[in-house]
Amino acid sequence: MKRFTGFALALLALGAIALAQNALLINGAGATFPYPAYSKWFDVYHKQKPAIQINYQSVGSGAGIRQVTEGTVDFGASDGPMTDEQLKAFTAKRGTEILHFPTVLGADVPTYNIPGVSAELNFTPDALAGIFLGSITKWNDPAIASANKDVNLPAADILVVHRSDGSGTTYIWTDYLSKVSDTWKTKVGTGTSVNWPVGLGGKGNEGVAGLVKQTPYAIGYVELIYAIQNKMPYGKIKNSSGVFVKADLAGVSAAAAGAAKTMPEDFRVSITNAPGKTAYPVSSFTWLLIPARIQDAAKRDAIKGFLHWMLTDGQNYAEGLAYAKLPKEVVARELKALSKIQ
Amino acid sequence: MTARMTPRVLWRKSLSAVMLSLTGVCAVVAVSVLFLILGYLVIHGGRSVNWDFFTKLPAPVGELGGGMANAILGSAKLLALASLIGVPIGLFGGIYLAEFGGHGAGFVVRYAADLLNGTPSIVIGIFAYALLVLPFKHFSTFSGAFALGIMMIPITLRSTEEFLRAVPLALREGALALGANKSRAILTVVLPAAYRGILTAVLLALARVAGETAPLLFTAFSNRFWSPGWNQPTASLPVMIYTYAVSPYDDWHRQAWAAGLLLLGLVLVINLVARVVLLRGAAARRS
Amino acid sequence: MPENNNPVRGAGSSSGPRSLFSRLRQGDEIARLITLLFAASVVLIALAIVYQLWADSALSRHRFGLHFLVTSVWDPVFEQFGALPFIYGTLLTSAVALLLAVPLGIGAAIFLAELAPQRISAVCTFFIELLAAVPSVIYGLLGVFVLVPLMRQDVQPFLKSTLGFLPLFTGPAYGVGFLTAGIVLALMILPFIISVSREVLLSVPRDQREAALALGSTRWESTWKVVVPFARTGIFGSIFLALARALGETMAVTMVIGNTPQIAASLFAPGYTIAAVIANEFTEATSDLYLHALIELGLVLFLLTFILNGLARLLILLTERKGAEVRA
Repeated sequence: MKRFTGFALALLALGAIALAQNALLINGAGATFPYPAYSKWFDVYHKQKPAIQINYQSVGSGAGIRQVTEGTVDFGASDGPMTDEQLKAFTAKRGTEILHFPTVLGADVPTYNIPGVSAELNFTPDALAGIFLGSITKWNDPAIASANKDVNLPAADILVVHRSDGSGTTYIWTDYLSKVSDTWKTKVGTGTSVNWPVGLGGKGNEGVAGLVKQTPYAIGYVELIYAIQNKMPYGKIKNSSGVFVKADLAGVSAAAAGAAKTMPEDFRVSITNAPGKTAYPVSSFTWLLIPARIQDAAKRDAIKGFLHWMLTDGQNYAEGLAYAKLPKEVVARELKALSKIQ
Repeated sequence: MTARMTPRVLWRKSLSAVMLSLTGVCAVVAVSVLFLILGYLVIHGGRSVNWDFFTKLPAPVGELGGGMANAILGSAKLLALASLIGVPIGLFGGIYLAEFGGHGAGFVVRYAADLLNGTPSIVIGIFAYALLVLPFKHFSTFSGAFALGIMMIPITLRSTEEFLRAVPLALREGALALGANKSRAILTVVLPAAYRGILTAVLLALARVAGETAPLLFTAFSNRFWSPGWNQPTASLPVMIYTYAVSPYDDWHRQAWAAGLLLLGLVLVINLVARVVLLRGAAARRS
Repeated sequence: MPENNNPVRGAGSSSGPRSLFSRLRQGDEIARLITLLFAASVVLIALAIVYQLWADSALSRHRFGLHFLVTSVWDPVFEQFGALPFIYGTLLTSAVALLLAVPLGIGAAIFLAELAPQRISAVCTFFIELLAAVPSVIYGLLGVFVLVPLMRQDVQPFLKSTLGFLPLFTGPAYGVGFLTAGIVLALMILPFIISVSREVLLSVPRDQREAALALGSTRWESTWKVVVPFARTGIFGSIFLALARALGETMAVTMVIGNTPQIAASLFAPGYTIAAVIANEFTEATSDLYLHALIELGLVLFLLTFILNGLARLLILLTERKGAEVRA
């Protein structure tokens, strides 16, 4: 009997611990692209308002869209805007609309691991499309070498790494490749997960960065911060004006500048291959996906409160983590759009 | 080796010696796998375990430090609730099989248990997601524990049946002769006699599900904070090991090793305890 | 009612037919009903799992029919789903695992059952049972940080330079891929093969081997030509059991297989298994058809393991009966 009493006591203790944590918990899931920024935000916000805990799991944009549609999380996050069908599916399932709130801007970079090569490589759109289509298989292929005359590229096989999960990073990358390569557009297309012609898959930006880092002669695409945090080299890409641009805040902001004025009402916009001499071509907004109607008043207020903080004070944390701040016009319009959440 | 041996006999003898020593090599290889695993985890994990690991919440991504306190508690909660779900079903189901079940019904129950035992854990995860996550609109400790609980049923059930059947007939008959009815005989004589065996089975079932990751990915999900109550997503050790191991951050790798050491230690200790329980039971019976 | 067909067990309630009421009052009937309820819930859960897999894969089953099993495009953008690369990856990794684990496992089982002194055998068996308890994700952890670099830097280049003429060992050395996943699986199923085979070998009657030895066989001949064939069906049973486990193994494989749905001849190539693709994509299937295709994969996996488990149990049962008959 003693044993059972002990067991019951242990359970009671567990229950007590479980109950003692009565802060408001808000669950979100989705994109890994802005995860370092979100993770920082939610941490800082929790320290400012200890009563609110925002649990964000970076399981991929596809999962963010799916789970917010099913209602298993309170909000989603994605780097590819939801498609019209997905919007319809959401309305049909939940009886309300889903709102897109841009949070920061980021960039996909081609990151590589070539033993003996530390130089910054230049990539033309054709070279990138060829590598990811599998038609360019060696690092010293003329398509790559011609843009990198001073670099001694090895005759090694290129190992392509892509995402295995549904991902907004993939959406941005494939959106860009679709814009610059007709073959890509017809053969693979744009999406959060696509039918990859070559390569191996890693889960999340973390997984791709991990695989590239551990695999010699690999190339993959990750969000800029993952390359920076992991001290991985990443290349310049030739933009629509013919200039090789390295991903940085200025390049991303330049790409966003044009879009800020033409931003549609629902904030769904693609800024890949944007015009402008300094624009980095694989840039994108990233969005939080918030249901327009939230039943639980406490949760609704907490989410709105956070969004307001994110659009104002929160923006100041973005640049420290290599994400570009939102253009002022966009922030102003989003603050107005907050009232749509009811 | 004597000179009188024909080459044929010599060949057969040496073949025998070679093959037999090869089987020994096989056994050594198999056992050394365990020690390799233990060695790696102790070396890498041991370096990484510190006080923060047990007491702190995870740090924001890319920042150093933090710990897995919430995952440790999360795993404990998951296992406790899983036992509450899985053990009664396995225990009472096992009693039914051993004491009441006829051929037809018994066969069906046994078959279903074997079916559950063979079902891949990821499939059980799908089931728990469809049954408990989608309708309630929540990833939760409860749904994760439910998936783990289902996985505990078959082991508990079949072992309970086995150990109950092993209880000597004389014991039951004695109780019945004293005027107890059957249910009383089971409760007061048969179950206590099989108590250690059943406890062992429950512990082994617990050890098996303690390291399960796949069914938790889309039931218990994960959580950066403490998980209040039973109806919210929770972090757990196996899922944390997975997420941290495939990430690019060295500090997360370090913590994945530490968590791996903790998890493996937990599983092995439960296993050892289970065996000690059974051995002491056997010793008690002999004396 | 199955209650009284075992005369001894049912002794407490064998005093002839009584009314339901009196049986209820006596408590036995209540106990029976309560335990029956729990036993029935086991059956219910099993049925519910099968039903859920069947019902929630309807869209995909209707759209693709049996083509689902034989086409190899997995394209979420254009909503084309074929399971072949995953089935291929699952079977190939399991085959590699068996190829490595079966000889090793049977060798070790022979050693433990036939040769080793009682004490050593008991200690080794204990260690091997502990090995069986090591969680999948731990194998994955070691796979990622220890085995994958080892494969990439040493094992695969070595295989390429020695056996590179075979299509099996060609292509770039990623480290991750079919071969690595197969090795991890082999380590995971090894303890199962050893402990079940050992028990089956031990159930072979003593006089079988003594007769062979008396006829002048060497120790190895009596083991290999008499004892092992006698236990053959049971050993096959253990192999099927291990195979069923390998097929459904998720985490360790996901971490080292490379997650690429392709059918490649080379064992160095990255691939995908059914369990791994479910683990990666289940939460994020953005369309219903996509989700149903994943659940249908779960159904396929379930059926595969179901058939194998059934075969395994049958074989083990047959061997045990044979041993019992000879002894009787």
